[in-house]
Amino acid sequence: MTGPMARRFALLLVCLSAAWALTARADDTAAARAEMVETIREIAEDVAIGKERRPIDARVLEVMGRIPRHDFVPPRARGLAYADRPLPIGHGQTISQPYIVALMTDLLQVEADHVVLEIGTGSGYQAAVLSPLVRRVHSIEIITPLAETAAQRLADGGYANVQVRAGDGYYGWPEAGPFDAIVVTAAASHVPPPLVRQLKPGGRMVIPVGASFMIQHLMLVEKDADGAVHSELLLPVRFVPLTGGH
Amino acid sequence: MPLLLAVSALSAAALAYEILLTRLFSILYWHHYAYMIISVALLGYGASGTFVALLRTRLAAHLSQAFAGFALAFAATSIGVVGVVRILPFNPLEILWDPAQQGYLLMLYLLLALPFFCAATAIALAITHRGTVTGRIYRADLLGAGIGALAILGLLFLLPAEEGLRAVAGLGLAAAALAALGWSPRRAAPVLIGLAIAGPLVWPAAWIAPTPSPYKGLSLALQVPGTRVLSERSSPLGLLTVVESPTIPFRHAPGASLFARHEPPAQFGVFTDAGGLTAINQWDGRRESLAWLDEQTAALPFHLLDRPRVLVLGAGGGSDVLLALHHEAGEIDAVELNPQLSNLVRRTHGAFAGGFYNLPNVRLHTAEARKFVETADRQWDLIQVSLLDSFSASAAGAMSLSESTLYTVEALSAYLSRLAPGGLLAITRWLKVPPRDGLKLFATAVRALEDAGVAAPETRLALIRGPNTSTLVVKTSALTEADIAALKRFSSERGFDPAWYPGMPPGEANRINRLPEAYLHDGARALLGAEREAYLARYKFHVAPATDDQPYFFRFFKWRILPEVLAMRGRAGLALLEGGYLILAATLLQAVIAGLVLILLPLRWLTPAAGEAEAIGRFRVAGYFAALGFAFLFVEIAFIQRFVLFLGHPLYAIAVVLAAFLVFAGLGSGFVARRTEGEGTGRRILSAAVAGIVVLSGSYLLLLPEAFTWLAPAPQAAQILAAIALIAPLAFCMGMPFPLGLARVKAEAPALAPWAWGINGCASVVSAVLASLLAMHFGFSAVLALAMLLYVCAALIFRH
Repeated sequence: MTGPMARRFALLLVCLSAAWALTARADDTAAARAEMVETIREIAEDVAIGKERRPIDARVLEVMGRIPRHDFVPPRARGLAYADRPLPIGHGQTISQPYIVALMTDLLQVEADHVVLEIGTGSGYQAAVLSPLVRRVHSIEIITPLAETAAQRLADGGYANVQVRAGDGYYGWPEAGPFDAIVVTAAASHVPPPLVRQLKPGGRMVIPVGASFMIQHLMLVEKDADGAVHSELLLPVRFVPLTGGH
Repeated sequence: MPLLLAVSALSAAALAYEILLTRLFSILYWHHYAYMIISVALLGYGASGTFVALLRTRLAAHLSQAFAGFALAFAATSIGVVGVVRILPFNPLEILWDPAQQGYLLMLYLLLALPFFCAATAIALAITHRGTVTGRIYRADLLGAGIGALAILGLLFLLPAEEGLRAVAGLGLAAAALAALGWSPRRAAPVLIGLAIAGPLVWPAAWIAPTPSPYKGLSLALQVPGTRVLSERSSPLGLLTVVESPTIPFRHAPGASLFARHEPPAQFGVFTDAGGLTAINQWDGRRESLAWLDEQTAALPFHLLDRPRVLVLGAGGGSDVLLALHHEAGEIDAVELNPQLSNLVRRTHGAFAGGFYNLPNVRLHTAEARKFVETADRQWDLIQVSLLDSFSASAAGAMSLSESTLYTVEALSAYLSRLAPGGLLAITRWLKVPPRDGLKLFATAVRALEDAGVAAPETRLALIRGPNTSTLVVKTSALTEADIAALKRFSSERGFDPAWYPGMPPGEANRINRLPEAYLHDGARALLGAEREAYLARYKFHVAPATDDQPYFFRFFKWRILPEVLAMRGRAGLALLEGGYLILAATLLQAVIAGLVLILLPLRWLTPAAGEAEAIGRFRVAGYFAALGFAFLFVEIAFIQRFVLFLGHPLYAIAVVLAAFLVFAGLGSGFVARRTEGEGTGRRILSAAVAGIVVLSGSYLLLLPEAFTWLAPAPQAAQILAAIALIAPLAFCMGMPFPLGLARVKAEAPALAPWAWGINGCASVVSAVLASLLAMHFGFSAVLALAMLLYVCAALIFRH
């Protein structure tokens, strides 16, 4: 066994061992994910949203228990991928802490046939969580390099119903709208009215608004079936600030 | 003589360095952290006492060499430490959940304590040395500090903070050179002088340039494609950075309606200390293009008035002036504290901004808002205050975490007194969950109206809210049916919710923009009724009105919420409920612990070994110097607060008051230096000094408000002179007890002298923080009373 044959065999070995390593890691990460989901469940028991404490939708937790969050964080932060904390992803941006992702997804009350708009793709994790829960996700990211890596990552991960583009989220994505749900993960001094207009009757938008780049309040904007709009400030969230600008 | 000069120079450099660091940390991080870090860095002073006590005999033989050595070390570390801090990957935002960050914070403390430790060790060596006259050294120390405070504030107008570091390092080297003049072969001095001049100049700029945390507003904004910095201005009031963002506009429209039909125009973002965004709006000079401003809650008062004469407090980028122009206001007076900001709007970017400050009916005033109103001799129909936060502790680096005299009961009374009949005061704040600012302002307005003898305050108040702001309107007379109709129309057209107007049915609250409960309406109702006190006690946050004696509008923390805060600690990313207060409390705790560990604990080993006759007991020495350490700063901080109010401009007031206290205390110390011989003399002088302190501060406590009212019309220069004249005798007396006591300790128990210095330093560190906490809960009068009591205790201890 010489020459190409040996090389091919070696290659096979490498592939196999990589696969073993992956399965081993997959088991590790599965445990870490389960723990993360448990933490989210516990926090939800403690934190009042509005006046009540209520559990996070089981579908959201199920999805978050499946999606490999470690693929969405920079390699050097992988060890912390399942800790309940935000992590830096470069360009001054962060991937939100798992509880916040769970909460925002839960607040959207999405259904399988929904079309969702996300402003602030970041690493793509939020879009990945929404992907199995809805029909289509459209996601806009201000910072071009982030948009490109996130698009690639989502494509590689098989999240085929997610579309990412680089650009200004303020005007939404009118060609793809109106939307059943809009989730904004960038700080804003006010709710962009174009986004309110792109919400379907019965639709829900979750957006952090606030004074500075430091502390925001999570706001839920609802459009009733008759088109009447109202907002509700839910709780202060200490987003490590996301996209600057507005 | 060279040693005295060296002490002055080093002391000036150390104080200047402290102020510079506060500025730099405000730019790098946030001002809470600047405050905390500086307070802990001051521990270097305390630790120096311990160090000197332990090595006293060895170092005493070579005083000027040792002094020069430590001065040199100060120079090197002062500039070197900043270089290290720059590259430390410290991110305060992660501090709650990342142990590595807690480690970095500890490293910061230790690093920053180094230069202060070096400077203080040099001075402690000089002051506790047998061969020196305590009073003279202490005088040189205080005079130097006073001059340093004034000089660095002046310098900060000319140079950015990082360049000031060079001057500080140079001054430290100069102090070393001066000390070296006392050596017998004087060869070292010229070398050091050469170093003092050349060293700081050749230090690479890249090693000291402040790079803001990547999570600060400016850093984030600059990540957006196409953004660039257009201009930069620096002064002690802050670093201003103007940023253009052509690809993704800023769209800064705080609290705009959900149904806004008009978009904000192109804007330049102006960041203060790399945070705190205000916008300069592009304007074509047409009234119609300002319609976007009419879709914010702050526009309400213009719908109740016709072409009012308007006073805008805190003009910033000018949005409120434009709003007034949109409503064809008759005359507009705009008040802005920071002249560099006004100049950016008026001149540098004047063409972009549409030159509104040059319009015939717009007048720009560079002044502090409260002071401007109090000294104005005219009236307005509308006083508009939108999202104005007071000049923060960051800029001056003084001891205030968040003192603000803009929103006290007395301030609101002053605003109301300058309104024409039927005029309105309108104040807009960000909304929080549960609400804080809005309710506190409402409570403050109710109190101000009651103080003015208004029988039915509820008829003069209106409060509305948008998605994330609330606007309070106070009228000088009862709101009319027409006013209420206009308010309802304004709100319903924009999707805002009324939270209070006379006769409002509860069902109208909390409908479009909701909170979990109708907090604002329920709160307003309770604050106007008989159950006010019960409500204030019951509400989760501290929303009782702030007063000039307890000017902490931004303190909302109640100890009751501590368990909730602690429970949230592990929930990284969730609300950090009113962290400012907790940081202050944590700083106090830290200062106490660090003080005990670094200063007092090591000294336990020292004293028995020293074996000197304890002519005066250790505990008496400790008690005396601790009392002085606390009392001196209590008095100083309490009076800074009073004089800030009087002089108006926070920066000048702090500079004048601080420098006057230090300089006159220095002179008092010098006075004592010549009169310490004789057993009874010291006691007599001390009794007289303490009597002077008690009588003067007591009478100031009672009479200053009267004096200030009387002096209000005087020109600024006369007011500054009056302030200095008032401080002089008090500070002169306050300069005496420390050198008197130390001279006695040096004579009777020399081993304890460095200990006394250390204890005094430790008490000073703690008292700076403690004074703020005490003032929050009991008021500055109480702080002053406590200081008087401490001085009396010190006198009693000394008598024995």
